[in-house]
Amino acid sequence: MTRVLEVKGMRKYFGGIRAVDGVDFHVNKGEILGIIGPNGCGKSTLFNCILGQLTPTDGEVLLEGRPVTGLYPSELAKLGVSRTFQLLQVFPTLSVRENLILAGQEHRGTKLSRLFGRGDAGLTDAANRMIAFFELDHLADQKAGGLSYGQQKLLDAAMAFMAGPKLVLLDEPAGGVNPTMLAALKERLEAINREQGATFVVIEHNMDFVMSLCSRVVVMAEGRVLAQGTPAEVRADPAVVEAYLGH
Amino acid sequence: MIRRLDPNLVVIAIAAPLLWFIPVGFKAYGLYVVSLWLVMAIAAMGLNLTLGYAGLKSLAQAAFVGIGAYTTAILTKNHGVAWPVAFLVSGALSFGVGVVLGFPALRVKFHHLAFVTLAFAMFVFLVARNEEWLTGGVYGFSNIPRPVIFGLDLSRALPFYRFVLVVTVGLSLAMWWLLRSPWGRAFQALRENWMRAASLGVDIRTYTLLAFAIGSAWGGFAGALYAPLVEFIDPAPFAISASFVMLLTVVVGGSGFFLGPFVGAFLSFVLPELLRATGGWYLLVYASVVLILLVFSPTGILGLVERAREHVAQRRAAEMRAAARPMLEGSEAR
Repeated sequence: MTRVLEVKGMRKYFGGIRAVDGVDFHVNKGEILGIIGPNGCGKSTLFNCILGQLTPTDGEVLLEGRPVTGLYPSELAKLGVSRTFQLLQVFPTLSVRENLILAGQEHRGTKLSRLFGRGDAGLTDAANRMIAFFELDHLADQKAGGLSYGQQKLLDAAMAFMAGPKLVLLDEPAGGVNPTMLAALKERLEAINREQGATFVVIEHNMDFVMSLCSRVVVMAEGRVLAQGTPAEVRADPAVVEAYLGH
Repeated sequence: MIRRLDPNLVVIAIAAPLLWFIPVGFKAYGLYVVSLWLVMAIAAMGLNLTLGYAGLKSLAQAAFVGIGAYTTAILTKNHGVAWPVAFLVSGALSFGVGVVLGFPALRVKFHHLAFVTLAFAMFVFLVARNEEWLTGGVYGFSNIPRPVIFGLDLSRALPFYRFVLVVTVGLSLAMWWLLRSPWGRAFQALRENWMRAASLGVDIRTYTLLAFAIGSAWGGFAGALYAPLVEFIDPAPFAISASFVMLLTVVVGGSGFFLGPFVGAFLSFVLPELLRATGGWYLLVYASVVLILLVFSPTGILGLVERAREHVAQRRAAEMRAAARPMLEGSEAR
């Protein structure tokens, strides 16, 4: 099975704090991998190291076997890696449709062709399809900043899919989202995974969400991988139970 | 599919012919003031791109006007270069210097960036004042020729004003085109959330440099018109205080609104002439207007207009909801 993402010996130290302390894992094509762990276990730092937002102290990131460690986030995005954010990260004064067009535009043509050519040709249609898929039709021309929290989360996820990515890293997609919206989001993620073969890595605290969505789970504690396996295996692991519940 | 016309374009289409004819009866001084308004609006348009759309705090726009003005003065007066060539060279030189000034913007943000650009503005001013061999020092350049374009002599005030108007419309349309292109969207993405933009593949470095360079080029273009308009330049109009006025012009007009620079430049460059009768009171009046305005509307004058429009839209939506209610209740009753 092809490995879309492989992380080897990832370390990130902040002074004396070992936020990520030697993490190895891989993600197979078409898989939905969950990364869980108590607060402060280094999940988000790990994400930021993989995505080029932080420079790792040590370690390697391979995308389809090719080293991509230390690339800029924009370069990674062009290689087909996209992400969503834990905190809301949409462009508030742009409309929903413009947010989505923006999310797709840099993946096509050269910069000059974007200035002089019909830069938006096809993109508007793609954005409209994405709007329909996420059922944001009635909000398409509204400014993104005026949407509710859950709606912005949906938009954030939709933006991550605009360029047809190989790999999407989702940072706490369920955080602060109401159950109805969450079910909608889960349904969409599963559909995209099934139909487009997109591969996901999900950081999440919501256990029900992770356990029902993910095919495999990596459990982190204190900057290291504590356990990995199917949701059932992980849940039965005594080390995991101890990390979550204490002695 | 019929696309709705952009209101900004409609305003340009209506205003351009009006501005062509309105100042016909003006005396030379009146024509000078309206010409100055348009020239400074071009410079402010450039800063509006850098600051208003891309969110990069620059305090050096008057320095770029200076670079353009001196370049045009030196080329047309000392070397007999045709004005259109000098105009393009002024823009290109400002573009190039803008790229260089953009590099600090890749490392420092917000007020730190403002200080870097402020230092640059000071540097340009000092070069203009001290390098007499190049710039004529404090005496500057006098008798800068007004151009003859396609056999049209623009030395008189009205033809020159109309020429400025044509260039302004041209540069406005170019800016409009640019802002509506994917580039314009990428610039706004820089302003609103550069981290998210980067994660979507927006090349932060290139777009930051481009925003600086294009904004600066518009400053250079304005300078190329300023020199023959005033026919005399010295370092004073390009000092640091002038860069502050440019910043104020953009903010008061409405930073990030396409037509904001025209409104702002009217307040900064035409209003003082209208308030001349108040004598020394002008600055006090202007300062009070700016203060009150920014307290009530930090997004400037066009921000007020936008708010009024949203208010009307909300009222209309509320009326429609009220009108729809009986129908909804009726359907429930069935």
